[in-house]
Amino acid sequence: MQLRVRALETILTEKGYVDPKALDLIIEAYETKIGPHNGARVVAKAWSDPDFKRRLLEDGSAAVATLGHVSRVGDHLVAVENTPQVHNMVVCTLCSCYPWEVLGLPPVWYKAAPYRSRAVKDPRGVLADFGVTLPKETEIRVWDSTAETRFVVLPMRPAGTDGWSEERLAGLVTRDSMIGTGLAKKPEEVTR
Amino acid sequence: MNGVHDMGGMDGFGKVEPESNEPVFHAPWEARVMAMNRAMGATGAWNIDMSRFSREMLPPDVYLGSSYYRKWYLGLEQMLLERGLVDADEVAAGRALRPGKPLKRGNFGVADVGRIMTRGSFTRPAQAPARFKPGDRVRAKNIHPAGHTRLPRYVRGHVGVIERVQGSHVFPDSAASGQGENPQWLYTVRFEGRELWGADADPSVKISVEAFEPYLDPA
Repeated sequence: MQLRVRALETILTEKGYVDPKALDLIIEAYETKIGPHNGARVVAKAWSDPDFKRRLLEDGSAAVATLGHVSRVGDHLVAVENTPQVHNMVVCTLCSCYPWEVLGLPPVWYKAAPYRSRAVKDPRGVLADFGVTLPKETEIRVWDSTAETRFVVLPMRPAGTDGWSEERLAGLVTRDSMIGTGLAKKPEEVTR
Repeated sequence: MNGVHDMGGMDGFGKVEPESNEPVFHAPWEARVMAMNRAMGATGAWNIDMSRFSREMLPPDVYLGSSYYRKWYLGLEQMLLERGLVDADEVAAGRALRPGKPLKRGNFGVADVGRIMTRGSFTRPAQAPARFKPGDRVRAKNIHPAGHTRLPRYVRGHVGVIERVQGSHVFPDSAASGQGENPQWLYTVRFEGRELWGADADPSVKISVEAFEPYLDPA
């Protein structure tokens, strides 16, 4: 693939359609600036600031836009809140729709057949693949991203984190916890 | 189209295999494919629905047997060829044999990178008032269009409830075939797991799809 891709890039460059330096900048942004750390900041702020959390759940795009991320959000970001009663999980069964602005590019498993096929039919089985077991009474709410709306999960704040700064809280927020295939880390899981 | 990309509810693909400390790209060419797709999309050579449809049109064995970015490469090459932006002899030669053609929004340069870092908006003025409101019961239509659609097979014919009204959006079924944006109301429709997967399914599971108004009938 390396040779084939290089050949196509050569053609597009020679025809003037794309500047390879512009491609470099796109790649650099996704490798270094746009990733789950952006989403972790959003979650930590929502855990710390009830007014921000209310705004986030009302209008995810507007609330996140105030944080000034490198990749500014479009109009269609929806944050969904996990509670002791409801656990949310996000999938795109048709392709790979994912909230790039807050989570970066999706991991391979998110785009692959096992997740896309099973998340809507056997979400508890998928959670088990991630080592997550939830009480059987917990409602599992799966969001299939079949349009341009993008979903990010607001995981539950772990116990034992009272008084933590937003920065410290952000260290507990994993990418998978914002997709809904994981939970936020417990304080004892992070090294000091 | 009823393609293999429409995977919801299929069996036999095995376990989900998360990779610890996964890199953003697994090879340099994956990054170049991602960037070329973003750049060419930004030139207006096609819209996002056309690019999704180009990957759905890959033969099933190719779709299932290719990595994600290989599918992106194959879709990109196909769209370039179909529009005459690149010719087959050029792909074979690995270099341009003719000058480029004019692109709708011009060639993609360094100055254009900033604008693609903000995701585009798909909201458009509504053509009519919304037909449904939260709480309404709706049935996903039993439709099987040959072209691009965003109504997955696993909900067709089933009854759900309107949970959210997401506004009036570009209608992918029209945009993918070059028939214009034809904005339609978009809804989050929630289904009970047992409605979709039968009486033996887990009663604690609820699933929603984002459904455009033309996909829905009152129930």
